[in-house]
Amino acid sequence: MKTTKSKAPMIVTIVVIAAIYAAVFIAEQILPPTSMLFTVLKKGATYALVAVSMNLLNGFTGIFSLGQAGFMLIGAYVYGIFTIPLEARPQVYQYFDGGLVQFTVPLVIAMIFSGLAAAFFAFLIGLPVLRLKSDYLAIATLGFAEIIRAIFQWNGLGPVTNGSNMLRSFPTFNDFNITDGQGNVTVYLSTLVPFIMSGVCILLIVLLIHSSYGRALKAIRDDEVAAEAMGINLAHHKRLAFCVSSFFAGVGGAMLAMYQTTVQAKSFTSAMTYEILLIVVIGGIGSVTGSVLSSFLFVACSEWWLRFLDEKQMIGDFEVPLLRNGFRLVVFSLIIMIVVLFFRRGIMGDRELWDLKFSGKERKRRAKE
Amino acid sequence: MNGEQKLQTPQEVKNVLRLENITMQFGGVVAINNLSLDVNQGEIVALIGPNGAGKTTAFNCVTGVYEPTNGKVYFNGRVIVANHPNGKMARQYGGINGEMYLKEKPVVHTPDKITGMGIARTFQNIRLFSSQTAFDNVLIATHLRRTSNMLTATFRLNAREEKRNREKTTELLEIVGLSDVANEKATSLPYGKQRRLEIARALATGPTLLLLDEPAAGMNPQETDELGEFIVDIKNRFNLTVFMIEHHMNLVMDISDRIYVLDFGKQIAEGTPEEIQKNPVVIAAYLGVEDE
Repeated sequence: MKTTKSKAPMIVTIVVIAAIYAAVFIAEQILPPTSMLFTVLKKGATYALVAVSMNLLNGFTGIFSLGQAGFMLIGAYVYGIFTIPLEARPQVYQYFDGGLVQFTVPLVIAMIFSGLAAAFFAFLIGLPVLRLKSDYLAIATLGFAEIIRAIFQWNGLGPVTNGSNMLRSFPTFNDFNITDGQGNVTVYLSTLVPFIMSGVCILLIVLLIHSSYGRALKAIRDDEVAAEAMGINLAHHKRLAFCVSSFFAGVGGAMLAMYQTTVQAKSFTSAMTYEILLIVVIGGIGSVTGSVLSSFLFVACSEWWLRFLDEKQMIGDFEVPLLRNGFRLVVFSLIIMIVVLFFRRGIMGDRELWDLKFSGKERKRRAKE
Repeated sequence: MNGEQKLQTPQEVKNVLRLENITMQFGGVVAINNLSLDVNQGEIVALIGPNGAGKTTAFNCVTGVYEPTNGKVYFNGRVIVANHPNGKMARQYGGINGEMYLKEKPVVHTPDKITGMGIARTFQNIRLFSSQTAFDNVLIATHLRRTSNMLTATFRLNAREEKRNREKTTELLEIVGLSDVANEKATSLPYGKQRRLEIARALATGPTLLLLDEPAAGMNPQETDELGEFIVDIKNRFNLTVFMIEHHMNLVMDISDRIYVLDFGKQIAEGTPEEIQKNPVVIAAYLGVEDE
């Protein structure tokens, strides 16, 4: 029975995760900080959080929303607005007299603000939009993300959002490195900290998924009519999932701002949402582990491993055909098609890291029967 | 009719569910036509009728899945569903200008609210949560009576409640005889067990009235007999009132106290199993043994 279930897989999971964190910490001290690996790890950690938050909605609740980029944008801006140091403001807001907001809050609080702002918008949008089903909901949320992007670039809001100019000078991942007096880095933390941020948030999402509320969300995904007949208030639970997902998308947006070191509304396009959707699909809809794994894979491919496809490559005197700027995206699309056609359940299906150990045994047991 | 006399006896009979003039119209199709019926405390009442007679629609009107076009549903004396048409259609039901409804407000509840009041149901075409284990299917239904909110649940501050729910689930699975398959996926269970699981899930919501929509569909005679005993057993154990739709006449005649017969959305007979068996209208419309 459930209660007597072995604790072993949980312990293995904790050990594996701890080992990864330790490896990240050590790698950061040894390898040069300009290594491509750290770019991938930082962006991967950010995308992992956003992908898991999207999975909470699309994979666990069965709400097909495409508003993720919009909520990330809100999160990124709120983070920027509240953390740009006062002395840098006249420069950043040079067209708007130093901006309207003339105070800063600590970084962690700014991140929570980011999440709350995104969740608040999600609540408002959710009122009309969550009545819609599947595709219609996707279109409505996509529209919302586009509208938000336009609004944040509006000059009228310039004193707050800096119009279509970028926000910069706020604390970034590199500011987490511990330095001695002369500005030499003694301990590198610029990759470990995003890992911790994203890890804490993902842990919260996992806890939610495995609570009574998470079970209710899965019930809604499986069968709305039955879920409602079992006393699960659909509107309430959907709104809840939407707000929580957006909260973490907002926090992810703040992390993306730290990664990019600047924020500009025009970079939060719907293409970003599709990237995240892709990560969720490749990782496995309904698997947190899958989303995390595939976001690192995706980022590594797009930023690092497949970069060579964009440049002319010579093997001896032979110039490899087809390789030119943009070819990477062609290969990417092909990979996606292959995944969708042949590995529809993604890397992990709906299993998690802690399920894996048993899957082999169980399969054998099933085969015997 | 004899059934009415039974209701009028001075004995204390507590009404649990009452449908009053329920009409359900889908466009031009009248699925239920002016249906009134009573289900009293501790009874097993069956609703029978040929296919398409409107039995499941009646259930859906009670549980809030549909809003009836006209009529009221009382549960323990309280109106839980009330609706009446407006505009042109009001003439059909409420006098020339709908004056019958002038002071009445429609009462609409979503299905989850109605379940919260204590009416639980099962479905004709089994609707289990397909990706979940049998255990989780039942556990999900305990979510309704929670006292925790999202934060306390996420941070595991509701451990005591969670433990209680798990114990309750284990107990329910034991009662319906599914302990051994608790960790199997619900949809991988054989048909009869899925039906039992649905009943267990409905019981987990803590109902006082249980609506069973064809609980014996697809079962063989032996399974059906067992199911009959099982329904009587849980009725007594949980102090329930049972209102069920069923096609297996043996089961209906064995366990029900009273029977309502529907045909083309209209109630054509009401009474005890013996009365229904002898009723020529029922025989003509439903059992179809009379020579034409």
